[in-house]
Amino acid sequence: MSEFVLETKNLGISFGGLKAVNDVNLQIKQGEIYGLIGPNGAGKTTVFNILTGVYQPTEGTFYLNGRELRKLPQEKINHAGIARTFQNIRLFNNMTVRRNVMVGLHNRPEFKCTMLESMLRLPRHFKCEREMKKKAVEILEIFGLADERNTLACNLPYGKQRKLEIARALATEPKLLLLDEPAAGMNPHETEDLRQTVKLLREKYDITILLIEHDLKFVSGICDRITVLNFGTVIASGNTKDALSDPEVVRAYIGK
Amino acid sequence: MELLITFVNGLSLGGIYAMIALGYTMVYGIAKMLNFAHGDVIMVGGYMILLFLPINPIVAIIAAIIFCTVVGIVIEKVAYKPLRGASPLAVLITAIGVSYLLQSVAQIAFGSASRFVVIANLGTLKIGSLAIGYSTIITLICSMIVMIGLNLFVKFSKTGRAMIAVSEDKGAAQLMGINVNNIIMITFAIGSALAALASLFFLLKAPSITPTFGALPGIKAFTAAVIGGIGSIPGAMVGGLLLGVIECFAQSVPAIAPYTDAIEFSILIIILLVKPTGLLGKKRREKV
Repeated sequence: MSEFVLETKNLGISFGGLKAVNDVNLQIKQGEIYGLIGPNGAGKTTVFNILTGVYQPTEGTFYLNGRELRKLPQEKINHAGIARTFQNIRLFNNMTVRRNVMVGLHNRPEFKCTMLESMLRLPRHFKCEREMKKKAVEILEIFGLADERNTLACNLPYGKQRKLEIARALATEPKLLLLDEPAAGMNPHETEDLRQTVKLLREKYDITILLIEHDLKFVSGICDRITVLNFGTVIASGNTKDALSDPEVVRAYIGK
Repeated sequence: MELLITFVNGLSLGGIYAMIALGYTMVYGIAKMLNFAHGDVIMVGGYMILLFLPINPIVAIIAAIIFCTVVGIVIEKVAYKPLRGASPLAVLITAIGVSYLLQSVAQIAFGSASRFVVIANLGTLKIGSLAIGYSTIITLICSMIVMIGLNLFVKFSKTGRAMIAVSEDKGAAQLMGINVNNIIMITFAIGSALAALASLFFLLKAPSITPTFGALPGIKAFTAAVIGGIGSIPGAMVGGLLLGVIECFAQSVPAIAPYTDAIEFSILIIILLVKPTGLLGKKRREKV
């Protein structure tokens, strides 16, 4: 077992001649809330896409609890324990809130029920469905969404859609949760609410969190450590406060 | 009363179309491709029934279902899976190629002459002066059971939920840990099994088979799927039933009977002009 939940080694990806991400080394410890920040186009979401298997890194590799995950297909990476949310919400819009979470529960070993059992509607099918529904509601309760379980996802207000995405990701039982701009477009009240939820996830579920965020106030209020990217390379890394006051970071954000 | 009989016949035929249309619509919803070889899987099922009929009709039916399921999976794995991410046109052409391949193989194996496949002589039910074939009734009941069952399966089971998730957002579903390749394979398997059932019911109606046996039903069922709104499961059912009823009514009027096919395809054109997404097809709703 490695001492880090997520460790990336010289991670990089090039699209043609463009090095979108170059030489990124992250070492995230168990239970940390880790921020990945940087100006627009710095390659933050690209890093997420590599970590979830959407892109194959052209250089370097990454490990989850010491297990190399490079080259695994997306669903296998999820099974290994990395789940994510999306910058632009990608819920299953025409499913109810509860069904969205149930999709996340799909691969949990405790809900075993084969296709044949479902087709023949054997008792195990009903038991499995019942338990999945119950579990889904339990997860929704954490996010205060249990009352809206039968609403279609697309009819939820924006802030709640973001929360539902986290709930759906949490349902896959991740060790590491990647949040891509979770506070984007939220009002101060919703942002505060989100902050509480993220902290709760760490405390109650012992989940390690890596998040991308532009709201620096949110980042400094929640992240233990951060890494700052600019043009695909790391320009600063360390404790949130120190890294944010790094002259190079200030320059990248504000300009000379 | 004549009208009632025609209507029941139409529902029965429509049930078969609906079963085939489900194969088209599910594959379209989940793999985002038109599987034009689907009609020929019906033909494969028919020949399997022909092959195993000497043993026992029940064995023949089960053999046809199993064999078609395997054929569906193999087609997907060999012909379509390598093209995932290729242009839709390439996949479409491949599907047409697979269709010709199946027809040609059948022609080599069984010859191009029409073969008789008498599964069972079920007789007719007589109520007063009215007569309706038992095969019609059985077809109607079976297709209804299959449709209701499939709807329940897709709506209220783990696999079904995963199928809907994949049809809504393949990428997001995959990142939630759903094995998209598996789901696509299951979709092809279900579609092909339904095609095998359809071949059984066609053979009960008219007991002869040729290598192009699946072509016209395939196109009609595809029409039904589009009328109902391709990608929508209830749409395929409604479209199939509608088309079957229209076909039977058109055939019952001697003056227009020769133009039955033309009428059916004209209805497709009219519906597409009025509602381009089909009857139940809404933009991104209940797609599978």
